[in-house]
Amino acid sequence: MSTQESNTQNLTLVQAVRDGLKSEMERDDDVIVLGEDVGKNGGVFRATEGLYDAFGGDRVIDTPLAESGIIGTSIGMAAYGLRPVPEMQFSGFMYPAFDQLVSHAARLRTRSRGRFTCPMVVRAPYGGGIRAPEHHSESKEAIYTHEAGLKVVVPSTPYDTKGLLAAAIRDPDPVVFLEPKLIYRAFREDVPEEPYTVELGEAAVRREGEDLSVFTWGAMTRPTLEAAESAAEDGIDAEVIDLRTLSPMDTDAIVESFKKTGRAVVVHEAPKTGGLAGEITATIQTEALYYQEAPIARVTGFDVPYPLYALEDYYMPEDTRIEDAIRETYGA
Amino acid sequence: MSTHRDPRDRVQVLDEDGGVREGATVPDIDEDSLTEMYREMRLARHFDRRAVSLQRQGRMGTYPPLSGQEAAQVGSAMALADEDWIFPSYREHAAAHVRGVGLDSTLRYWMGDERGNDPDDANVFPVAVPIATQILHATGAAWAADLTGDDAAFLCYFGDGATSEGDFHEGLNFAGVFDVPAVFFCNNNQWAISVPRERQSASATLAQKAHAYGFEGVLVDGMDPLAVYQVTSDAVSKAKDPGPAGDDAPGRATRPTLIEAIQYRFGAHTTADDPSVYRDDDEVERWKRKDPIPRLEAYLRERGILDDESVDAIGESVESEVASAIDAAERTERPAPAEMFDHVHAERTERLDEQAAHLERLRERYGDEELLE
Repeated sequence: MSTQESNTQNLTLVQAVRDGLKSEMERDDDVIVLGEDVGKNGGVFRATEGLYDAFGGDRVIDTPLAESGIIGTSIGMAAYGLRPVPEMQFSGFMYPAFDQLVSHAARLRTRSRGRFTCPMVVRAPYGGGIRAPEHHSESKEAIYTHEAGLKVVVPSTPYDTKGLLAAAIRDPDPVVFLEPKLIYRAFREDVPEEPYTVELGEAAVRREGEDLSVFTWGAMTRPTLEAAESAAEDGIDAEVIDLRTLSPMDTDAIVESFKKTGRAVVVHEAPKTGGLAGEITATIQTEALYYQEAPIARVTGFDVPYPLYALEDYYMPEDTRIEDAIRETYGA
Repeated sequence: MSTHRDPRDRVQVLDEDGGVREGATVPDIDEDSLTEMYREMRLARHFDRRAVSLQRQGRMGTYPPLSGQEAAQVGSAMALADEDWIFPSYREHAAAHVRGVGLDSTLRYWMGDERGNDPDDANVFPVAVPIATQILHATGAAWAADLTGDDAAFLCYFGDGATSEGDFHEGLNFAGVFDVPAVFFCNNNQWAISVPRERQSASATLAQKAHAYGFEGVLVDGMDPLAVYQVTSDAVSKAKDPGPAGDDAPGRATRPTLIEAIQYRFGAHTTADDPSVYRDDDEVERWKRKDPIPRLEAYLRERGILDDESVDAIGESVESEVASAIDAAERTERPAPAEMFDHVHAERTERLDEQAAHLERLRERYGDEELLE
């Protein structure tokens, strides 16, 4: 209806990040944003543009250039009662903060038996495909997913981005919010102006299908859908499930879909070995073995350091590679 | 505070015999508090001996002793007000006790029971084992308090080795840039396990590193509880109520202070360490002449605040308090296995529920004895 139309805005994914931050900062004075270049500059990807003018330098804070410092002080702030949303400029620069994330953010609630908590959202652009310099293209979601005490969220649409970010900010525990920067500006979607949440831990069925299930997330969702549509032209009806939250993972949705189709392909940018496709495959194997009709395929990055961009198109899974796996799995 | 101390001048009040040094200013502490200071130090020393003994008897796990470091911990913690906070490393059992953490809680933590790390309502952050990491938490909490208008100081303990870590640099740098109400208290006990202070830094003092971050660094005799109390009180006052930085200030930050408290750990790094491998007995004996407990006792006897009778009474009460704490810790039922699944997140996830249920099925099927064999 017209009121509904007037209350939505047509946003890109990165604009939805900003809109999500803005509406949560308006809702809750304890929400603050901090990081490198997030203030006056509005972030190198413009994810925090306008927030400094709207909320001032005490809530949108340009910090010294120090990732461990940003995350470590955010932990102290969160324990004291604020809800910091630190930005890591690129996920490839998070490693100096890794100790703070795994040794403290992830453990503070356990260590203090619930007295101290860490309601913090670490935002980081991640993933490849943007012709970036070295260290700007990796997908390390498995590392954070492996860490008990952290939640890991990867949106793939503008609508989900705002809703998942709001849910993450309101969550009482630390969340690593990985933003697929390849699709920051790839497409637009109607996003409500008012605050809303998309529940953490719930996968979304992006395409219903009967013949096989494809599990993916983040920037891989779109080429997976393209591959599924292409395969559909030959009568292969693939279901595409966007996991959205990697920890806690919606294993019910995975198993339910697999029980329907009996065949699965898992798609992620990250290298194959130790990647989450292995976890998903093992979950299916344990919970739905007797439904299995074909080997489960993994379409992933290769087990190589992420290449410079002259070769990144060969590294990144794209629709042809995904479709190839869909056809192989369907025919197996 | 408009005049800044030279970070190479060591603040001292008591000499090695407990006399007041010439020209020293004795801090204004009432007699009851002085007696309490003495008792807390005696308590810490006795607790430490008993804790090491419990470990040797197999009644407790690895434990980091603090003997020799009582003045630094008790003197600094007593300088705090109720609203202030401490962010300890893993050796500040005495400071934590001054701030309200029961000795039984400390024992339970080192007995492997995480519930011992829940310091009830005390303004004490949980133990941080990875070196220097807590410095950022203290800075962040102090920053949050400043942003929300709370009037409190945040005192963070760490050792000499911690000053080599990146988090030390980042924490003090953020503290200076955002001018937060933090007091960084370096327990320089000369040894980071086996590596001596000289191998950590070519700086003449660790205190002078504060100047690079734009705030004051203070060097203090960490085995002199009165001097420690004085410099910590000054730092806490400045954190809460800073004056202008002043012409002689090292930078523009007005609130934070780095205190380097020179001291010595008489014992091992932990009960798993053998210090005879890396240091001489002569060195230990030299430092033992600075033992803070006889120094304060001599000072208090000289002033008639303590006598044989009260010293004996304190000794007895300390022994009885530690004995009760050990008894309480050992009588506490071990945590239920399922408790490890609680507090991972605010709510248990489905997968954690499954894993907890799996563990319970195994326990039922095999019994704990067979399962843990």
